[in-house]
Amino acid sequence: MDLSEFAEEVGDHGPVTIAGLATRGGPVDGVRPVMAPAGIDWVKPEEMTVQCGAGTPVEEIDDALAAFGQTVVVPPNGTIGGALAVGRSGIRRLGHGPMRDALLQARYVDAAGRIVKAGGPTVKNVSGFDLCRLLVGSWGTLGFLGEVILRTRPRARFEQWFVTDRDPFELIRHLYRPVSVLWDGERVWVLLEGHPNDVDRAATALGLVAADPPAELPTGGRWSVPPGQLASLPGTGRFVAEVGVGIVHHERPQPERQADPAVHRLHRRIKHEFDPEGRLNPGIDVLALS
Amino acid sequence: MTLVDDLRAAIGAAHVRTGPTELSLYRRDASNMAGSSSVVCLPTSTADVQACVTIADRHGVAFVARGSGTGLSGGAVPLDGAIVIATSKMNRVLSVDAANGQAWVEPGVLNLDLTRHVEQFGVHFAPDPSSQQTCSIGGNVANNSGGPHCLAEGVTSSHVLAVEVVLPDGSCTVLGGEDPEPLGYDLRGAFVGSEGMLGIATSVCVKLTQNPPAVRTMLMDFATVDDGAATVSDIIAGGMVPAAVEMMDQLCLQAVEAYIHADLPVHAAAALLVEVVGMPEGLDADVAAIVAIANQHRVGTVRVAQDDAERALLWKGRKSAFGAIARIKPNYYLHDTVVPRSRLPEVLAAVYAIAERHELQVLNVFHAGDGNLHPLLVYDAREPGVLERVHLAGEEIVKASVAAGGVLSGEHGIGLEKRDYMPLMFSDVDLEAQAALRRAFDPLERANPGKVLPSPATCGDIHAVPEGAWV
Repeated sequence: MDLSEFAEEVGDHGPVTIAGLATRGGPVDGVRPVMAPAGIDWVKPEEMTVQCGAGTPVEEIDDALAAFGQTVVVPPNGTIGGALAVGRSGIRRLGHGPMRDALLQARYVDAAGRIVKAGGPTVKNVSGFDLCRLLVGSWGTLGFLGEVILRTRPRARFEQWFVTDRDPFELIRHLYRPVSVLWDGERVWVLLEGHPNDVDRAATALGLVAADPPAELPTGGRWSVPPGQLASLPGTGRFVAEVGVGIVHHERPQPERQADPAVHRLHRRIKHEFDPEGRLNPGIDVLALS
Repeated sequence: MTLVDDLRAAIGAAHVRTGPTELSLYRRDASNMAGSSSVVCLPTSTADVQACVTIADRHGVAFVARGSGTGLSGGAVPLDGAIVIATSKMNRVLSVDAANGQAWVEPGVLNLDLTRHVEQFGVHFAPDPSSQQTCSIGGNVANNSGGPHCLAEGVTSSHVLAVEVVLPDGSCTVLGGEDPEPLGYDLRGAFVGSEGMLGIATSVCVKLTQNPPAVRTMLMDFATVDDGAATVSDIIAGGMVPAAVEMMDQLCLQAVEAYIHADLPVHAAAALLVEVVGMPEGLDADVAAIVAIANQHRVGTVRVAQDDAERALLWKGRKSAFGAIARIKPNYYLHDTVVPRSRLPEVLAAVYAIAERHELQVLNVFHAGDGNLHPLLVYDAREPGVLERVHLAGEEIVKASVAAGGVLSGEHGIGLEKRDYMPLMFSDVDLEAQAALRRAFDPLERANPGKVLPSPATCGDIHAVPEGAWV
């Protein structure tokens, strides 16, 4: 994918912000917006990889991969670039792993308007520092993603949501690799996948009842807590917690978290090295997001 | 006070070694490169490591973190008299939270010891390098190590939640966290695989993986390497990600059979060791589908392990390959590149042609499922001029892999071995971005300098090139 036009738009001076489909907050107000190229370059089912522009809608990639019985570990809606930049995994993280592991290679435009490649095209690669991990969740403050290669995974041949009122922390010990276990303090929703007979047997053994997933998740706050602390949530307000993961979809914002001074120092230095003039997505402080 | 006096005063004289035998031992890793160290420190705590790094900083001396020294790319080889800080005495499992699949361990804990420690809880640490009996978790973090079972489970980065680190300025902090979305940049992710150049890990929070309820392991042999490789591609394209897909070629099968007598198919051109894990019915369906694919590619025999003993024997065949090779020649040079799975046949053909051209024997035993090649060039170092041929052949193998759309290393890292090949994959601008990350952590370049990132200075500086390096 030719990124030269995108790189020129980003340029090398003056504040600039990256815009997608505005599903995750949108660009920085009052700053010149640019958009990453969209479109799928290729799907290689036998490599389990896909290359696309960062501006490609997540649904478009998922549809293209569905034809090959594959999918990507990226939560729905918005663009691929936006999902990666924000770095928040979907509710299937327990079974499918965090989204950050899906990014194999990125070509991004840096603060000097140059096209930079991070990572490599193969599913396994330890050549050099792992800048891809740094880019995921960096909110466009270190560079603007232009084109990415993602790891895909097989689509489940069968999946089913169930509901139960069992204790989720006891339940999870009896399940093999559940895809998702959600808990609102009373009910537990479980997503299982695999061979239908295996799913059915596990559900029957544990008294799970087929059901729809929770209709909606509270959106007041997205808490991140060690999974061992989830049991103390009841009494804090309405919530749906991702058991085994530690994400809590809460009606209230998460109580303030503080990063260590050394971590603050590293953030300042990294930002200074990658964007010395602070021109990329100005005003976004990744340590202050909640 | 001198550097050594300072170190002795800080962590105890018994933990600071300067004897010629020890300095000689610590000047190399498991590669064939060697450097030089002025002093070896054996800290027993995070505070000890902090003291060593602070003293190094005060004296303006570089330091090199070292685990078990099993690295194959020269990453732990000290250059120009650097201080070696070996974490082998920091080998305690600090805590295990089996219910949540987390454990905090010191960096000197050995990979297999960790899995043995937690097996009572029905969990394991997924990365399983062939050196897992001797390699350390700290080394795994530094190299972002892989192993046969990383095909389905991912490499070390996917199994590290947090790292307590001593930064090159002597400060100590935790990168990442026990919670799923720690604040800010993924510094944990940036640190894993940084080959000791961003600081020293002093404690690691690892993710533990649930043991599968059922396992099927099978060995399939093929009359051509191409048939085996095509089987691998079709399994993946067919929507299955087995726990492991390993390939051994004929020379390797013969060497291993002579060594362990496991009734291996020594007349086949290649054999695939395929393992699938999960729930029973899904497994039976997977095995049937894999055998059907193999049949389309003219598989010879399919041997499904009937019990744990047979399964262990098949894996012993795979894992003892490196020992078995000593029957052919006393020395070997193990390579590590990755190519797209679909290019395996042509790159393997190129590897055989390269070896033949340089009059060398080559064995292939590798992680076929993720295209991670491990050509082993076997030789006798006493033969005049042979090392030169081994290095030339190695260089050609690396170049052929990258030219096929592959990468320099899948799990061994860059270290010194492939430092000057980085421009095959990365432009100056790409490399500058990696150097920027390094500067943010270590502006004075105290932590393991001279590794991974090539620079005009190191290319021209003869002192930075240790004996045995390719450059």
